[in-house]
Amino acid sequence: MSELAIELKGIDKSFGLVHANRNINLKVRKGTIHGIIGENGAGKSTLMSILYGFYQADHGDIVIDGKTIKIRDPNAAIAAGIGMVHQHFMLVENFTVLENIMLGAEESQILNASITKARAELKRLEKDYALEVDPDAVIEELPVGLQQRVEILKALYRRADILILDEPTGVLTPAEADHLFRILEQLKAEGKTVLLITHKLREIMAITDEVSVMRRGEMVATRTTKDTSVEELAELMVGRRVLLRVEKGEAKPADVKLSVKNLTVRDSRGVTMVDDVSFDIRAGEIVGIAGVAGNGQSELLEAISGIRRAKSGTVSLNGSAIDVTGHVDPAELRKRGLAHVPEDRHHVGLVLKFEESENAILGYHDDPKYRKGLLLDVDAIRADAEEKIAAYDIRPPNPRLKTANFSGGNQQKIVLAREMERGPDVLIIGQPTRGVDVGAIEFIHKRIIEMRDQGKAVLLVSVELDEIRALSDRILVMFAGRVVGERMPDATEGELGLLMAGVEGRKEAAE
Amino acid sequence: MSVPHAKLPAWAEYGLIPLVNLAVAFLISGLVVLIVGESPLEAAYHMINGAFGRGEYIGFTLYYTTTFIFTGLAVAVAFHCGLFNIGGEGQAYIGGIGVALACLSFDRVLPWYLLFPIAVIGAAFFGALWAMIPGWLQAKRGSHIVITTIMFNFIAASLMNYLLNRVFKPLGSMSLETRTFETGGQLPKLDWLMSIFGLSVGNAPFNISFLLALLAAFGVWVLIWRTKLGYEMRTMGHSPAAARYAGIKEAKIIVITMMISGALAGMMALNPIMGEQFRMQLDFVQGAGFVGIAVALIGRSHPAGIIPAALLFGMLYQGGAEISFEMPSISRDMIVIIQGLVILFAGALEHMFRPAITRIIFGLSPKGRQAAATKGA
Repeated sequence: MSELAIELKGIDKSFGLVHANRNINLKVRKGTIHGIIGENGAGKSTLMSILYGFYQADHGDIVIDGKTIKIRDPNAAIAAGIGMVHQHFMLVENFTVLENIMLGAEESQILNASITKARAELKRLEKDYALEVDPDAVIEELPVGLQQRVEILKALYRRADILILDEPTGVLTPAEADHLFRILEQLKAEGKTVLLITHKLREIMAITDEVSVMRRGEMVATRTTKDTSVEELAELMVGRRVLLRVEKGEAKPADVKLSVKNLTVRDSRGVTMVDDVSFDIRAGEIVGIAGVAGNGQSELLEAISGIRRAKSGTVSLNGSAIDVTGHVDPAELRKRGLAHVPEDRHHVGLVLKFEESENAILGYHDDPKYRKGLLLDVDAIRADAEEKIAAYDIRPPNPRLKTANFSGGNQQKIVLAREMERGPDVLIIGQPTRGVDVGAIEFIHKRIIEMRDQGKAVLLVSVELDEIRALSDRILVMFAGRVVGERMPDATEGELGLLMAGVEGRKEAAE
Repeated sequence: MSVPHAKLPAWAEYGLIPLVNLAVAFLISGLVVLIVGESPLEAAYHMINGAFGRGEYIGFTLYYTTTFIFTGLAVAVAFHCGLFNIGGEGQAYIGGIGVALACLSFDRVLPWYLLFPIAVIGAAFFGALWAMIPGWLQAKRGSHIVITTIMFNFIAASLMNYLLNRVFKPLGSMSLETRTFETGGQLPKLDWLMSIFGLSVGNAPFNISFLLALLAAFGVWVLIWRTKLGYEMRTMGHSPAAARYAGIKEAKIIVITMMISGALAGMMALNPIMGEQFRMQLDFVQGAGFVGIAVALIGRSHPAGIIPAALLFGMLYQGGAEISFEMPSISRDMIVIIQGLVILFAGALEHMFRPAITRIIFGLSPKGRQAAATKGA
């Protein structure tokens, strides 16, 4: 028996000209929770894909439990006792829990015997690890927290001793995340080894025993968690000192710039997504909307920005009404001083196949300064893009590069530069730092505060509670389409978490 | 997280890969010829010679090329907006009404150079009209453009049958065609262009609408990459959600795009009607609208790709006719098989050889090769 569950020796992997993993050495001790952190594109996912058999390393050895093995495909990984919980679940939505767990592990063509066996085994696992879930529930009817539990059960059912979790808390409420961590502790107590990949430093500090940091394809450090600090880890990730706390002065709220009254929005199926929501935002303040993804925040932003038609209610911008229940032209709203950084930059905020400069005018392409007679003035557009690239430090600084080839952080900067540089009165921002690396997060947060200090009204929607608390001057919590509470940013995480889970809110609404 | 993918250099992307695809298509065509019991080399000779062997042959090849440039551009413009217009056939057919009306009205009074612009407008107008209806149905009613444009091909065929029978056919004539136009309705041949290269156009109907086709190709490039309308079309084509976000008026852009597409398809009618037959006949389009789809696919919807792709099909048409003339055991249908293979390899299976070529160019190790394969899956 070996002391180490996993040992990676000199793992090297290139895709074409991109060196994704460079001579990676990693030792994971048995029965520990080992964190791996790093910015987007640092090579964490590639490394885990090599460990799980999606890719093969160009060089290097994988030693599992003291034996050097070749992992050619996920089946080989499963046989070696490795289980993986993906960021995006790999579940068949209209199958039951039991069917999903058995899938691919059936033992014969006739399923009866396997089903009986699986059911018994599932019971045992549930008992051993406190992982309750109804085996006959259909996946699509389960909340995400439980779906994730099914993924973990799937791995355990296949007798995994090593469990890899890729960004597991991205879709969870704080309470659900806490529950997940208790499960992981339980697994550890049973002697399993957990490999946790995340970009959230706080989670690393809360749950791991050891932590390894990746930067630009290299493993730069491994630390014992209790001997390190958030600041040190952030510095290791980025390669320079990072300001984690946003410096921000007092807000000086002035006139109401955006006023939403009794707004109700239904989705295409007729389900009410935003239910009778009202709030005001003043010049010079940031109002944050906290909530678990899917509680109506997206629809709220879409209705205000004119992309989705509202069922009822009124919205006024700079004192004059927007016809949110009728036909709204988003281009017209831009002219009236509304800028919108959409939640989904890949499909909405940007056209990934466009050149950078073409995206830098999206939504503003009607501006006469980009035109020369009947034609677009390509030189003016590129010059304009170059100015924004310089001001926002967008890399690489090439306005002719295809947008898909920029990193997440730089793509987000393209959108921000476009929306902020026009000096709008009202800025609505959805998920400003989703999939953005730590270095860029700092920059983006600073810009948002700057906008506030210039007297803009900012509406901020984010599923990252830390971000909401760091930036907002007031916090509204949404649950099931309703605003269930308003808090100041000094409210505790626990308090906000209960509101986000709809526990407190129901009481408050009843009063 | 995203996997970085290797990008091929331009010479490989736009030169090597299409050439390899074509070579394979011709290789398999050769096998088919072999199975029929004929010599592939002889067939190849007749194909090349028949397409380029003499000035007259070249004239015919370029005559077909003209037709395919128009229909290819029509499909490409719609592609850029994310619309699959397979109604080029019907739009070209209806476009003929515009040409015929212009010629029948003015061929006795106007010289060709005054009549030509009127005919161009007529062809574009009728083609645009025929494409506008499916466009409008898509924009306002959500009726899928593929279904409606197919149906409009059939409606166009029936309508033209009726019109040629009841309206355009001169009294006492037995054949379904208009009267033959006077000199005003006859486009001059481009013999001066051929004579620059010391060639004679002979009987080939290579006419001035070829220059119009080249002009249209340039116009399409300007439209797509240098105008606000083109920008909005491309935004729609790549991401309808981004277009909505940007405040682009979806319905308007769809209808306008379809009208431009239809106008280009309609202008194809000028070539056979004013350039070759000097009258409008039943079925004068002869499948050119569908060939346009293949031309746009192979030409990657870019005018600079569509012109050579149209030339390729012009060659297949003219050279193919020559093969079936010289080698009786190879029928017209065999030529269609060869054309089908070209579409299959250069259009539908264009990515088949990409991983292998990528590997050779980047010289990856055997392990990396495996990875490249997994990555593609």
